[in-house]
This record gives sequence, C-alpha cells and structure tokens, in this order.
Amino acid sequence: MSDHLRLKTRVFVVIVVLANVLGNFFMSWGVKRRGSLLGLSMLEYIRVILDPWVAFGVTLLIIWMLSRMALLSWADLSYVVPVTAIGYVLTAVLGRVFLGEQISGARWAGTLFIVAGIALVGSTSIRTTAPEAPRE
Amino acid sequence: MKWLLVALVVLCTALADYLQTTGMKRHGEIHDFRPGALGRVASALARNWYIPAAVATMAVSFYAFITLLSIADLSFAVPATAANYIAETLVARYLLKETVNAKRWTGAGLVAFGVLLLALP
Repeated sequence: MSDHLRLKTRVFVVIVVLANVLGNFFMSWGVKRRGSLLGLSMLEYIRVILDPWVAFGVTLLIIWMLSRMALLSWADLSYVVPVTAIGYVLTAVLGRVFLGEQISGARWAGTLFIVAGIALVGSTSIRTTAPEAPRE
Repeated sequence: MKWLLVALVVLCTALADYLQTTGMKRHGEIHDFRPGALGRVASALARNWYIPAAVATMAVSFYAFITLLSIADLSFAVPATAANYIAETLVARYLLKETVNAKRWTGAGLVAFGVLLLALP
C-alpha cells in the first residue's frame, strides 16, 4: 500500500467525518431555533432551509456526500463504513464539551468499543479489489 | 411498523452504498481535484446510472429514517440502525467481493456493538 494512498485516504476520512458531524450539528441547531417543523407549508419549509445556519449545515452535508463518493472511488466500502463511525465519538465529545451534555458510563463504553473497532479496521488494507481496467 | 421502517432503512442504506461503491469503482480513482477536473467527474458520474440510482435509494433511506424518528424514540432508532454495519459488511463481502478478513469482521462487529451501547441512557 503506497504512503501516498494512505495519506490521501486519511485526509478524506477527516473531511468526510468533520463535514458529517458539523453538518448535522449546524442543521439541527438552525432547525431547533425555528421550533417544530410539523405542519409547515412548502413555502415555510423553504424559508427554514434558507436560514443561514440550516443552509450552512446542508452545504456541509453536501460536501460530506461528495467527499465520501470520492473516497469510495478508491477505498473499500468495508473499510470506509466502520472507519467513518468515528463521527459518533466526535459527536459525543462535542456534546460533552460545547453543550455540557452528561455522558453515561454505558455511552463511554460504547465509544471505546467503536474506537477499538475502528483501530482494527483501520489497520487493514484500504483496497482489496483490483482497479477496473479503463474502458474506452 | 417500527421494525418495517428499520428494515427499510437498513436495506436502502446497504443498497445505496452498493450502488455508490460500484459506480465510483467503475469511474476509477479520482486523482485530480482541480475544479475543472471535478466538473468533468461530475458530468461522467451523472451519466453512470449507478450514481443517480444510489442518490434515489439514499433519498428513500433518509425519508424512511425521518419517518422512523417521527414515530419512535432516537434511543430505539440509533441502536436499530447499528445493524447497518453488519449489513454493509455483508454487501461488501458478497456483492462487491471485497476481502473481509477476521480483523475487519471483528472491527465492524465492535463498531456495531458500540453504536448499540451509545443509545443506552
């Protein structure tokens, strides 16, 4: 496995995870400021999406989807899916640090299991299938 | 109804990732990240039917998940979707023919179990 591919994969994993965690965070923050979405008309829904924080969250989630697609152009699905689960851990830490949420023992244990699983999967090779021959 | 929605979420997520991975592997590794080159990638992907199909399937999965959240607690929805990690590893092994060795199975299992625990109060 080339060092270049490993570095490129790490960089993309970081982008995928940050875009997902921050995208969800800003979207839920923006939506919660507006109150319940139930029973909104189409026009009001569009207004919520145009809220600057919601729009910022949605933009980050679009970046999340595109960077994950790029990552899957060279990395295994069975590598990408577990490794990007680090987002759960980051969400728990962000909640603890910025929102003062209490995290129970069971939750910390869950976090440890996730980190252990990621460490195992992260030590396997990034790609196990042969690249397709270019088709002209 | 709850379990039906969970099944729909897990199935559609796995199917969407199968389609997305197949489409992206067919396109080939992206090397050039300059805007012009990315524009060409986008136009190639739009014509590779796997990608639009993946996006449509993802939309169904997202809609099913939102509906699930509207009738069930988050503490039910999150652990139920931990099954995703197992479903996706099965898809990777049997449909995408990736090599899932013992390390990867164990890792995916630990992540799924960790996600289950996260939902405990």
